[in-house]
Amino acid sequence: MEAFEYAAPNSVKEAVGLLSSNWGEADVLAGGTDLLSLLKEGVHTPKRVVSLKNVSGLKGVSASRIGATATIAELLGSSSVPAAVRQAAEGITSPQMRAMGTVGGELLQRPRCWYFRNGYGLLGKDAKGKSLAPNGENQYHAILGNKGPAYFVNASSLAPALIALEATVTVTGPDGEDEMPLEKLFQTPSSDSQRENTLQPNQVLTGINLPGGGARSATYEVRQRQLMDWPLASASVALKMSGDTVESARVVLGHVAPTPWRSSDAENALAGKAVSEDTAMAAAKAALSAATPLSRNKHKVQLARVAVKRAILQAAG
Amino acid sequence: MATKYDWPSAADRSVIGRSVSRLDGAEKATGRAKYAYDRNPEGLLVGRLVTSPHANARITRIDASGAERMKGVRGVVLIKDIGDEVQWTGAEIAAIAADTEEIARDAVRTFKVEYEVLSHLVKEEDVEKAGNRVVPGQENTEGDPAKALQEADVTHEGYYGAATITHCCMEPHGNTVHWKGEKDITVWASTQAVGRIGADLAKNLAADPSLPKVSPSDIRVITPVMGGGFGSKFNIDSWGVAAAKLSRMTGRPVKIMLDRDEELQMAGARPSYFGNVKAGAKKDGTLTVFDVESWATSGVGRGGNPALPYVIEPPNQRVRHVNVATNTGPARAWRAPRHPQCAVITHCALTDLAHKLDMDPVDFFKKNADLTARPDVYRTEIDKAAELIDWKEKYHKPGEGSGHVRRGLGLSIHTWGGRPHDSQCRVVIEPDGAASAEIGSQDIGTGTLTVIAMVLAETLGLPVSRVNVKMGDSSLPPSGASGGSTTVGGVSSSTRRAAVNALEKLKEKVAGDLGASSADEIEAKDGYLRLKENPKKRIAWTAACRKLSTETISEMGNQPDRDGGKLADSGVGGVQMADVSVDMETGIVTMNKMVAVQDCGLIIDLKLAESQVYGSLIMGICSALWEERVYDQMSGVYLNADMEFYKLAGIGDIGELVVHMMTGVYDDRGVIGLGEPPAISPMAAISNAVFNAIGARVPTVPVTPDKVLAALEKKGGMA
Repeated sequence: MEAFEYAAPNSVKEAVGLLSSNWGEADVLAGGTDLLSLLKEGVHTPKRVVSLKNVSGLKGVSASRIGATATIAELLGSSSVPAAVRQAAEGITSPQMRAMGTVGGELLQRPRCWYFRNGYGLLGKDAKGKSLAPNGENQYHAILGNKGPAYFVNASSLAPALIALEATVTVTGPDGEDEMPLEKLFQTPSSDSQRENTLQPNQVLTGINLPGGGARSATYEVRQRQLMDWPLASASVALKMSGDTVESARVVLGHVAPTPWRSSDAENALAGKAVSEDTAMAAAKAALSAATPLSRNKHKVQLARVAVKRAILQAAG
Repeated sequence: MATKYDWPSAADRSVIGRSVSRLDGAEKATGRAKYAYDRNPEGLLVGRLVTSPHANARITRIDASGAERMKGVRGVVLIKDIGDEVQWTGAEIAAIAADTEEIARDAVRTFKVEYEVLSHLVKEEDVEKAGNRVVPGQENTEGDPAKALQEADVTHEGYYGAATITHCCMEPHGNTVHWKGEKDITVWASTQAVGRIGADLAKNLAADPSLPKVSPSDIRVITPVMGGGFGSKFNIDSWGVAAAKLSRMTGRPVKIMLDRDEELQMAGARPSYFGNVKAGAKKDGTLTVFDVESWATSGVGRGGNPALPYVIEPPNQRVRHVNVATNTGPARAWRAPRHPQCAVITHCALTDLAHKLDMDPVDFFKKNADLTARPDVYRTEIDKAAELIDWKEKYHKPGEGSGHVRRGLGLSIHTWGGRPHDSQCRVVIEPDGAASAEIGSQDIGTGTLTVIAMVLAETLGLPVSRVNVKMGDSSLPPSGASGGSTTVGGVSSSTRRAAVNALEKLKEKVAGDLGASSADEIEAKDGYLRLKENPKKRIAWTAACRKLSTETISEMGNQPDRDGGKLADSGVGGVQMADVSVDMETGIVTMNKMVAVQDCGLIIDLKLAESQVYGSLIMGICSALWEERVYDQMSGVYLNADMEFYKLAGIGDIGELVVHMMTGVYDDRGVIGLGEPPAISPMAAISNAVFNAIGARVPTVPVTPDKVLAALEKKGGMA
């Protein structure tokens, strides 16, 4: 890795002051499970790394708030975490990741796209500016929201579950604290100058807020291995029930698009219906009706469909 | 005259055949064992490699000046020069030694190389697109395949294959080298060939006239423990030569161990194999013909010839093989070279043929055991494996079943040689009772040290705890390289010979005291030397050794290459069966159980033998379900040279493993190697189990969800 300056401030305000207004100049270090490999592989070459380890008030897990630097293990150790979030966290099977990885870091981790990780930039372009993924090894790439120039999938497993549960996030920057729906934290970059999230380079994610509300929720991940492995597709579902009928639903897919992918088509398909194999399948089909698979990832459409169906059935219990 | 070198009969064995835990297990588990990576001699420099970012390019300019000027950089050596070609991404170009690893890495980034980029090919699965990269290989015809296909009652055509994988040694490749004086080089090597590294290094150094001439005996190679090689660690390699040159340049020891991504890119790969098969049989299931057009890639090199058809040899066969030269990391031997891939092509095709015949694969393979070199071995082993996996109860016709999770069984059979390699052992008995075996062999992680100790203990009539083994050092009597499953036969035989010879000397010393007229009347048992005819007439081991006074017994045992006499042999058969579940909606395959039934002659340590087979099954499951090297054609880059998307199994992914060694059945053949055979069948057995579960063939391994869903779609859905 390139040499960098290391700072470990004591407050969020100080941390914000140490960050830069340009991407690439400074990185925030939480658990380091992603950042350290980015640094070692030379994908990130910041001049400064700002650690949050001495910043108090960013930890803790309760029914209404998850601190940004609470670890995955702490999340799993809490009894107040909704089912969809717990199930998504259980999918992070590596003990090391659970011990060191933080919830904020999990939401803001960079894509696992192997073109990005091999130094071809977030949009995966070669020296001539040609996108590598569309005609290359795109088996793990996006099937939704993939009209280009972004083809990667968002790597977060927790985001779909938290978005399904209507979570908001608090972020602090030079202009103070801001709160927004978690959905708004993510974006599909349209140029090399954008990232996959809407944070400013000098903003810090400080916490995740859960509104509560008693939705029945579940996450289903399609994974090849029990060992630490990225889901091939996942879905998180939150159902507000009125008796046996779905009053309203939130359906969010993971690992299928450059952002966590909320499907209003699936949500509408469920509203007012009783949950059955048939209605779950209809919602799953609706969720993927707009899918545009690439040359090598047609199977992900089916995998995502199954994830949606099984998450709905699991949430309905 | 009968040879004096033989194994004791089953009734006379007190150590051999038992389950003894590896003697260095605690040292390894606690981190006290010193691997090449752990060697940090005084003044150590760390070396890192400059590698090619291009899949195919000619070097036009090299500028090392920036790296050389950096503080803490002590030396730079070129592995490639201007005008040379680099033919895969990650190919080694130069090595830099520095005071710390961090400085060396910084220096690598300042090292400037310019290239003329050439066109590349990194994919071979579609041989039609390989153009002039296709290199003719073996063509062989026996009988009249065309006629046999016409006359067959049932025929089958299919496409099968296995992707390229790499070795994934737990300990990466590399060495720590100290060139101390003109003719004094020490290499702490991670190697399968302690006895070969010196000669290999000397030969490579001789190519550089500016260096003093060294001979192999000037080079001491030390490898007491080693973290796996699987066929990829026989040579000093470019990084080992570079470490020696950097040590010469600086007068300091230099360590160059590969990183995991380097390990995956440059330290060896198992070739892919693909084939279009036509096979035919009579109504009764007898295989009459096997015709295959096959292709493979070994990187830019030429590659070998296939082992097709595999094990089962019908009278009519035709093989047309080509190699495809690709700009990918070069192939090296991988446990049973060619066999696992050729088992997939053969036994998956034959399982599909059995299905067309409406035959249970167990019946089909037993019927065609007559076309193998070991009909009775395979029939016996198939029956045993079928019993252990409950084949009769659980087998169903391919695709039968309901629900979204379907279960299936599959089988494969395999063979290997496993002859003894040449091995010399010295057994030393001291007046204080100490007994040791000195042997220049390496223990590549399989438990060779424990096996040597057991043979010595058995022969001297002592418990294992009372004997010592010195090994992994080229200053000890030489032994062959650990490749081709040749080590256990070689070292157990040389140790037995040396121990018999040494014991004879001791027997002569005590013959008078015991009233024996010759050493032949004495046996060593339970810590005593005693009369065979009157065991009560005995002398304790230590008392016997005291009679040596100031003398030390030191006797050699020499196992020549190949001919193991009564002690070691070659040629085994094995059968494996897999039980899998397939999620018909997602194509995810889950391992329920694998059964391995294996013959390897006389087993020295049952626990270690079983351990070898467990390891083989786990490696095989990885390559059956997840493992493959992914290159990108546009960029030429090896995309998954990491442990993230180059997927191996975790403990939760392997299911139940059942190992049955054919102990007691073939013991009189002597010791036969076991490293390769059990690694051959897993891919074919698992692919066949998936076929049985879903009723559709996934043509190539790894059997990934995309391929399972495609196979189901082709078949017309999950019903």
